[in-house]
Amino acid sequence: MNQFILNNEDIDTNLPAGTTVLDFVRYHKNLKGTKIGCREGDCGACTILVGELRDDKVRYRTMTSCLMPLANASGKHIVTIEGVNPSNNSLTPVQQAMVDESGTQCGFCTVGFVMSLTGFSIDDVAKTPAMAVSSIDGNICRCTGYKSIERAAVKLCDAVTARHGDAPAIENPKSKIQNVQDSPPSEGGVSAALGGRGGSLFARPENVVPEYFSRIAERLTQIQVRPPKGGTQNIVGGGTDIYVQRPDEIVETDSTHVFYDETLRDIADNGVTIEIGASTTVTDLLESPVMQSIFPNLYKHLKLVSSTPIRNMATLGGNFVNASPIGDMTVWFLALDADIIFNNGREMPLRKLYIDYKKLAKTDQEFIKTIRFKKPGEDFRFNFEKVCKRTYLDIASVNTAISLTVEATPGPGWVPPALSEANSKNSPPSEGGVAAASADGVVLSPVDYKIITAHVSCGGVAPIPMYLKETSDFLRGQMVNPETIADANEVMQAEISPISDVRGSAGYKRLLLRQLFRAHFIELFRID
Amino acid sequence: MKNIDSKSHVRGESVYLDDIPLVQGTLYACVFDSPVAHGKLRSIDTTEAEISEGVVRVITAKDLVGENQIGGIIPDEPLLADDEVHFQGMPIAIVLATSEELARKAAKKISADIEPLEPVLDPRIAAANGDLIVPPKIFKLGDTEAAFERCDHVYKGRAEVNGQEHLYIETQGAYALPTENGGLRVYSSTQGPTAVQRAVCRVTGLAMHEVEVDVQRLGGGFGGKEDQANAWAAICAVGSQLTKRPVKYALHRMEDMRMTGKRHPYSADYKIGLDKDLKIVAYEATFYQNAGASADLSPPVLERTLFHCTNSYYVPNVSATAYCCRTHLPPNTAFRGFGGPQGMFVIESAIVHAADALGVKPSDIQRANLIENGDEFPYGQIAESDAITTWTQGDKKYDFASLQREADEFNASSKYFKKGVAMMPVCFGISFTKTPMNQARSLVHVYTDGSIAVSTGAVEMGQGVNTKMAQVAAEMFGLPIEKVRLHTTNTLRIANTSPTAASAAADLNGKATQLACEAIRDRLLEIAQPLVEAESVDDLSLSDGYVHRNGERTSLDFKTLVMDAHLQRVNLSEHAHYATPGINFDWETARGHPFAYHVYGTAIVGVTVDCLRGRYEIDYVKCCHDFGSSMNTSVDYGQIEGGIVQGIGWMTIEEVFYDDSGKLRSNALSTYKVPDIYSIPKEIAILPLETSRENLAVFNSKAVGEPPLMYGIGAYFAIRQAMDSYKKSSPPFDAPFTAEKVLMSLYEK
Repeated sequence: MNQFILNNEDIDTNLPAGTTVLDFVRYHKNLKGTKIGCREGDCGACTILVGELRDDKVRYRTMTSCLMPLANASGKHIVTIEGVNPSNNSLTPVQQAMVDESGTQCGFCTVGFVMSLTGFSIDDVAKTPAMAVSSIDGNICRCTGYKSIERAAVKLCDAVTARHGDAPAIENPKSKIQNVQDSPPSEGGVSAALGGRGGSLFARPENVVPEYFSRIAERLTQIQVRPPKGGTQNIVGGGTDIYVQRPDEIVETDSTHVFYDETLRDIADNGVTIEIGASTTVTDLLESPVMQSIFPNLYKHLKLVSSTPIRNMATLGGNFVNASPIGDMTVWFLALDADIIFNNGREMPLRKLYIDYKKLAKTDQEFIKTIRFKKPGEDFRFNFEKVCKRTYLDIASVNTAISLTVEATPGPGWVPPALSEANSKNSPPSEGGVAAASADGVVLSPVDYKIITAHVSCGGVAPIPMYLKETSDFLRGQMVNPETIADANEVMQAEISPISDVRGSAGYKRLLLRQLFRAHFIELFRID
Repeated sequence: MKNIDSKSHVRGESVYLDDIPLVQGTLYACVFDSPVAHGKLRSIDTTEAEISEGVVRVITAKDLVGENQIGGIIPDEPLLADDEVHFQGMPIAIVLATSEELARKAAKKISADIEPLEPVLDPRIAAANGDLIVPPKIFKLGDTEAAFERCDHVYKGRAEVNGQEHLYIETQGAYALPTENGGLRVYSSTQGPTAVQRAVCRVTGLAMHEVEVDVQRLGGGFGGKEDQANAWAAICAVGSQLTKRPVKYALHRMEDMRMTGKRHPYSADYKIGLDKDLKIVAYEATFYQNAGASADLSPPVLERTLFHCTNSYYVPNVSATAYCCRTHLPPNTAFRGFGGPQGMFVIESAIVHAADALGVKPSDIQRANLIENGDEFPYGQIAESDAITTWTQGDKKYDFASLQREADEFNASSKYFKKGVAMMPVCFGISFTKTPMNQARSLVHVYTDGSIAVSTGAVEMGQGVNTKMAQVAAEMFGLPIEKVRLHTTNTLRIANTSPTAASAAADLNGKATQLACEAIRDRLLEIAQPLVEAESVDDLSLSDGYVHRNGERTSLDFKTLVMDAHLQRVNLSEHAHYATPGINFDWETARGHPFAYHVYGTAIVGVTVDCLRGRYEIDYVKCCHDFGSSMNTSVDYGQIEGGIVQGIGWMTIEEVFYDDSGKLRSNALSTYKVPDIYSIPKEIAILPLETSRENLAVFNSKAVGEPPLMYGIGAYFAIRQAMDSYKKSSPPFDAPFTAEKVLMSLYEK
């Protein structure tokens, strides 16, 4: 039996665990407010809230119900629009803002936006316009051009914070609207933007969602969370790719669902290594103080990875074994030269996992339990680059990551703190920001950096996500300068074998990788 | 005045096709479609599908009771392939099963023996082969040949512009139910209920009075559900006719994307001649329209390309030829702008080409040639122009020169990030170019409790037409809008409708509603006259729910008046008809007065291009737009913002991609990218041009659906200009300007 709460109703169902939550709510529970747009997590029309008990409180996340197996609802609070609507036929502040700003035209995508903004409103995140907009980064609207929705999101920030009584004074809303995309997540930096417990800027859930939410935490404690069933055919994590690739068959497949397996969700700093459970989601990484301390541009980089609801669902282990040649997180961890540890205890470098297109060096019985990488020191440099047709919420044409340790010898005019400062702040993580996505290329006065260790990875240029071994080997011991970059590119171009497809021609992918490789050095060293 | 559907939308209570409660016994359809783009269909094997779990019936072309034909304009489109397949995704067989999953499963068990033939995907090849759907269309004004002789500068070139997927978030779908005596009721997600009715009648052999088509609303249309909704309704109707059971088909996204047509790709040649003052003296263009496998709406789309081939400019000598080329792609179809945007892209390309060669700003040429009052369009209509007004007012407000200066200063200090600014004037004609389609009807009932029900031929798809209809009725009866309810678009209540298209639905149906309300109001005031002891009905008006006499409120309220009228056996209902006056067009001479009026506007588009990575972002679109006198600014501004973003999407990130076999590779949302909230302009500013000039728009509020899309064309040229500041690479005119094209242009030449 699979028990969970759907809106205000206790559910106990025998339906196949692989059934999507979308089909369950629409066709089994007749809750037609949740819409079907694409069934691949790319439009957000089916966005729901999933509440999970954490430290006696329910934490809500947006998810796309089309990619979510019913198994992953087990023990959770599933919220559709029907569970948000006030019973007296009135509107919540989120709905009211959408109406007031004419944020709805045909209405088909609207519920998804309302759910995302509701999640934003009741979550412990800073209520800045940029964060409000960020919460709807997985919702596609074809009618409005988003401007009215953006205005509604900004207005909502005001509404939910003002209700708390002690919100800071709001500046001119018009200037805020224009700056929504420019402003970094928050003045307080990444951690404040991502759940820093500031206090005064948070909404009271009771103003945003119906009163019954206040009893959900208690009710969830009384629900049996079914242990993952020992199905043999598949291990399913977040489901964000397998439900896209094989939507029909996966519903009926007897799978083991590991998404909420607590033993696979920890991010631990052992002093020497960082160990991450395979069911850790991209959002978990984003919110992890450990990860934030290692990767100063974590937010800016992970914003390039899919969308909020997908980041809430997609797991690292799933991304690795899916073996997509353009898997963002795979490319990320390849550049950390991470190791993976299987359920049977076997360990191997992640880069050895990939044999050929979707062919893995593991048995069917093996699944990844832990990802481990060496904890970087002070001299660590990391950058991630990704270009696709659409900057956000898209799959890469080419992505690449690099991690370096360097020895820096101060040259004329060089002040050590300026670099790290520049790296984390001067390239403002503009939410919409091509222009702001990178510090512009400027060649500084000669400064000597010697590369001590180097790991370079890339996606979209081979049948597998690539660890660029030759390139990495080449870089070690070299000085960072234009000649090294150019020579390394020659090595890199010989390592890759892109093909032409819908994401670009082979020639383009070669060129793009070269450019992104250059971008690494511009971002990290301002050397072009 | 907010969209009247806002509240049910945000509460998730608005009903779309897939939300309609099902009748017991409903079957689900799924189509088996052609896996190849062109071939001889030797045989179809449905045996395994027929014995598949839950399958009630499998239907192929031979089973149809009526004709195997759904072509709207030209009968060249079979519902189900019989002897040949003409595009990948062409329906071949229909499976009906007891659940959607079982229908999909069974459809996968069907196979077809198809002898592959060479597919033609390039419209120029089709034209060279003489495979045209209709004879070439030609517009001529003056004498281009002689005029080019007189020009100081003549430039020739080529422009390519790709298609665009509609990506309405609600996919296509229909639900057909058998009614008494062999009739059918069809719920359809269509912009053209009458077109669906005709298609259903043709394939079932039923008469139109036996088929009811009903539309509540669409989750987006954009032209994609004008004619392309027909097939799915016809499939459900055929299934229902053959099984006597209700049949539903709501397409999966990938089915929708691969089986339906899109905005037409065009390939074009241009030749532009200017004098020393930058006046365009002569313009020649040849358009090769990629129509796809059948006519669909391609011929009228082609015509509108010609109507807008000179955009907002007066060119005294024009010769434009357009070929409607048959290829082996899904039949391309209507899409917001309806061929106009492609025509405009080509002349804008020609202007930028000339500006580049002459070393002037494109805006210098644009400004020098804006059409003025009294100038003649290449099709004979005389302009009542606001082209210059929108340009100068927009320029005054937003200051093009200073925006350009800002960009130049930025570029001087930035190595890889470069800004570009472009002007984009737009002139768009309002009316169906096929004159007979410019008619509409509205049915208004006043009930004895004083509430009003309105039905029109217009389909609500987010554009707010129902809100405008309600505003018309509320205004005419002097009632709050809550007293008016818009009802479904239904062929039994409103017959022989034109589709909701051409930006004209609010005008046509609004005028009809106005006429219907006027007729009822006049009858009511006659009843009121003795009751309020007025000397003449001319002294009376309806306002605030009361009868007013000489502008002053009487004690007679609307509800009492209505009941009085009813007791006196006065007709409280009216079915009114409106036909746009004064329009005509003669294709024999290619001249006439096809448009009720034109909508003008000018946009300034600013972008930033990352010349290291090839990405770009849109900084702003600032426009001065000719609303006439907007009757609903929140609806109309929403149309402008939405149109701009859709137009920018078409010009930048949206890339329809067919491989050499004619298979659609951009066949899902993961491979076809429409703008998300981060792709849109950081700022959209709208300056309304309020004109007191009389027009034929409802309440003088000009049509707004399509024109703003074409502001988005400015993004293409702004990107090009930004790239120029990094490196003069002279990229070919080839939209959309994807990140790939940006990077390849900058580094691969």
